[in-house]
Amino acid sequence: MSETDPRAPITRPIPPPPVSVETRPFWDAAAEGRFLIKRCADCGKAHWYPRAICPHCFSANTVWEESPGEGVIYAYSVLRRSPTGPFAVGYVTLDEGPAVLTNFVDVAPGDLAIGLRVKVRFQPTEGGPPAPVFAPHT
Amino acid sequence: MSINGKAYIMGAFEHPLRDAPDTSTPQLHAECARGALADAGLSHLDVDAYFCSGDAPGFGGLSMVDYMGLRNVRHLDSTETGGSSYIVHVGHAAQAIAAGKCQVALITLAGRPRQGGHRLGPRPQAAGGALSDGAPEAGFDDIYGVMAVNGYAMCAMRHMYEYGTTAEQLAWIKVAASTHAQWNEHAFLRKVVTVEEVLASRMVADPLRLLDCCVVTDGGGALIVTSPEVARSLNRPRVKLIGAGEAPKTMLGGLDLDLTYSGAVWSGPGAFEEARVTPADIKYASIYDSFTITVLMQIEDLGFCKKGEGGRFVAEGNLISGVGKLPFNTDGGGLCNNHPTNRGGITKVIEAVRQLRGEAHPKVQVPNCDLALAHGTGGLLSGRHAAGTIILEREA
Repeated sequence: MSETDPRAPITRPIPPPPVSVETRPFWDAAAEGRFLIKRCADCGKAHWYPRAICPHCFSANTVWEESPGEGVIYAYSVLRRSPTGPFAVGYVTLDEGPAVLTNFVDVAPGDLAIGLRVKVRFQPTEGGPPAPVFAPHT
Repeated sequence: MSINGKAYIMGAFEHPLRDAPDTSTPQLHAECARGALADAGLSHLDVDAYFCSGDAPGFGGLSMVDYMGLRNVRHLDSTETGGSSYIVHVGHAAQAIAAGKCQVALITLAGRPRQGGHRLGPRPQAAGGALSDGAPEAGFDDIYGVMAVNGYAMCAMRHMYEYGTTAEQLAWIKVAASTHAQWNEHAFLRKVVTVEEVLASRMVADPLRLLDCCVVTDGGGALIVTSPEVARSLNRPRVKLIGAGEAPKTMLGGLDLDLTYSGAVWSGPGAFEEARVTPADIKYASIYDSFTITVLMQIEDLGFCKKGEGGRFVAEGNLISGVGKLPFNTDGGGLCNNHPTNRGGITKVIEAVRQLRGEAHPKVQVPNCDLALAHGTGGLLSGRHAAGTIILEREA
């Protein structure tokens, strides 16, 4: 257990993400450092997390799309104590629209703010594909 | 068809234990069932419907029906909506009764999180390598360490951002709960706390502090829901179910995420419409209080005050019995009394029943309490959750 220093950058070890036959293309791309989202070719809307059937219009015509992985923090919270030290969870509203749940890394807790621009990066996991996390981006 | 008037809560029991090292979880379920049946004046042979949720050990209620020797069950329901399950069960029991499927429904909840069997915290890691076929969101959600407190904290942070809600206003919710808990001999925390003490407690997950969080307790509770015919045959005050609403709130592909409201915006109006009453008519409300922010959002969503004005509403002392407009959680709630196995739904119904019977502690009993509401949220307020609302009336 360690206490939070509001100036010290935080990171968090992330467990290996479960990969399914439906989401394997996402994780294969992640291993190459590419961030994919799904968009519906019928209604045109993007969604998160990626799935085969569009959660907006129920069409089966969804396609993978590479995203820059940029957006703004919608909400966050810093858990002050955990077995691996303090860490930050939050939602990022991607520029494409959907909100993504994530951890924020390489940022001091005191520098996190709603509206802060962030960008995706990939963090290695133990025995699984790398997981998308977000860090401040100017 | 409506369930208004089709069912009555005739038995209610809250287990007195808050720490149960020497009682098994099935035993706690059965002790709660015994307590509720004795309260109603019924026997286990009268039970023809059993309702339980994910806390019941074994397979979808079968293990518990077997363990308790409930030989006349003809209706089984293991609806799982987290902590709101037992409020939802009351509505489902009324539906089954109205359809003629059963007459005496037993609902139980029990568990022992204090004994280490069910640890709070990040969920177990998925094994790397092999393909998974579990929850669809798992790879995009569970891996980030959202447990209860930091999820609800995100809701609080966004509510503060949009509406100017303050930590001091949230603290008033804990103050109200603790003011009630001092009179409950079984309450886990009986000390009355001040706003200053809440604000001085350690930060757990920004912006929620330790005293913004509910207690973690062992124990449980049970309810008996009966048909009108059975209710009239019993020598207990009749608590009539006049409205029930339920609704999931989910992420909907991540578009238009809004963490400042809950599924109560749908479950509440559904219940009020069925009951043909309005929020202003409610004399007492049991409001799910896993965290202070949970209460604030739900009282707004249920229509007890306008969206964004919850902070001001609670800081005026409106939740305190004998002081404010909306006496809530007069047993001390999950914040102070009891949150058995991290699921606070059944204790919400139990205290509402006490109030309607006039059996709450005299220091917190609402005078002439003839109309009450019980509301719960299960799952994660910051993600997928399910709201359940019931409205109960004392029958003269």
